[in-house]
Amino acid sequence: MSEEELPAWSLPAAAVERIALPEEWPGEITRDWAWGGATGAGARVCVLDSGIEDGHPLVGKVQQSVAISIQGDEVIVDEEDNQGDLCGHGTACAGVIRSLAPECDLVSVRVLGAGYTGSGAVLLEGLKWAIEQGYDVINMSLSTTKQKFASLLHELADTAYFQRTMLVASAHNMPVESYPWRFSSVISVGSHEGHDPLEYYYNPAPPVEFFARGVDVEVAWNGGGRLVCTGNSFATPHVAGIAALVLSKHPELTPFQLKSVLYLAANNVGGGK
Amino acid sequence: MSDDLRAAVAAGVLGSEEQFQALLQSIVDVARAIFKAKASSIFLLDEEADELVFEAVAGEGSDSLVGQRFPSSTGIAGFVLISRQPLVIEDVLQDPRFSRETAESTGFVPKGLMAVPLLHEERALGVLEVLDRPQDTRFTLAEMDLLGLFANQAAIALDLLQRARRAQAALAGEGDLAVVARVAETLEQQRDEEDGSRASALRLLAELEKLL
Repeated sequence: MSEEELPAWSLPAAAVERIALPEEWPGEITRDWAWGGATGAGARVCVLDSGIEDGHPLVGKVQQSVAISIQGDEVIVDEEDNQGDLCGHGTACAGVIRSLAPECDLVSVRVLGAGYTGSGAVLLEGLKWAIEQGYDVINMSLSTTKQKFASLLHELADTAYFQRTMLVASAHNMPVESYPWRFSSVISVGSHEGHDPLEYYYNPAPPVEFFARGVDVEVAWNGGGRLVCTGNSFATPHVAGIAALVLSKHPELTPFQLKSVLYLAANNVGGGK
Repeated sequence: MSDDLRAAVAAGVLGSEEQFQALLQSIVDVARAIFKAKASSIFLLDEEADELVFEAVAGEGSDSLVGQRFPSSTGIAGFVLISRQPLVIEDVLQDPRFSRETAESTGFVPKGLMAVPLLHEERALGVLEVLDRPQDTRFTLAEMDLLGLFANQAAIALDLLQRARRAQAALAGEGDLAVVARVAETLEQQRDEEDGSRASALRLLAELEKLL
């Protein structure tokens, strides 16, 4: 074992010094410590959705647009997708993220458009591709109810977590089992009725972990338009945007640490008060 | 299928489609009344055609929309179906694509809509929409929960309707389960025959059941 290699599975006494963290943990986590002065610059955020309208006034430049489809047994990744947004929803999520983290990099991975049939498989392949790219944050305002994808999605969510990709997913507000938001390796988000985009709460009774602004949100929509929308779909990019801010200021944070910072800076916890 | 068996199955199925359709209609009627909305509709997903079909409509469009179809991945209803996420939009008119492609083709352009997926077990069966609730009051999460409750009821009704249709198709010798009805009929006819093929067929079916 070389001197530089970190102990992966155990921690001999002599190795304790070698896992020193790059930054001292502050005595108190405040919002100012967490994201004060941050713009999102340097954070790479992926929106797994219906596409993003590049150049929308509320979105700005989209760094890359990718489309995932499946033909037969083959997964097709079009790395220069020019279809834009097929619904408006992805653009809405992207606009919320950029409103909070204006200088983050945005990548659209479009997993919608090929019809309902096979949409679960496309979602899975899209997520897999996005995780392979090593984005800092993946916003996923969608879920699947198909049991057969649950274990694969679980593995993907854990892979993302351990490679420092934070998956932020919309919780379901209906009595159905759906994935991947229920997994503990992702951040799951529901809605509160407040108006402040930075107002968010930690939920001490999971599986929904955080509540963010999700009611009557003015969002970007297709054709350069704007709409007022409600749904956990719009609460999710608020947390994704805040996560991008935190990671742009503290890029060394692991998903575990990021979750801890988000917890400590929540409105109902010390740092957010 | 023997006459007795056919009669028994038919008794369970006949008329049920109309009943389940009446239940769907009642759900959209009540949803429209509770939300004080201009219209409400239920779309059924036709998986074979990959299309959404207007199955029940209350209020504006109720005369002309039932039976109309559109691709399952377009518009707000398509997104809600695929993403499994409910969505509420105020001021739909600001979405030019939505207005042009979906609403105008139905002869009614709503200002706002609530759309919720109809989920039964792990399947997405369709979408419930409520159009043009009064916009003078803010939307609340309590309304979202109410919409979810309606959706749950509508999903159960839609599941029953689909089952009734499949059973009727099987009785009529159509659909992908018609072969099961034909096999049952043949086995029923051979009930008194000494020939060993019936016993072999039953063994094979028992194995098939295990496999499934």
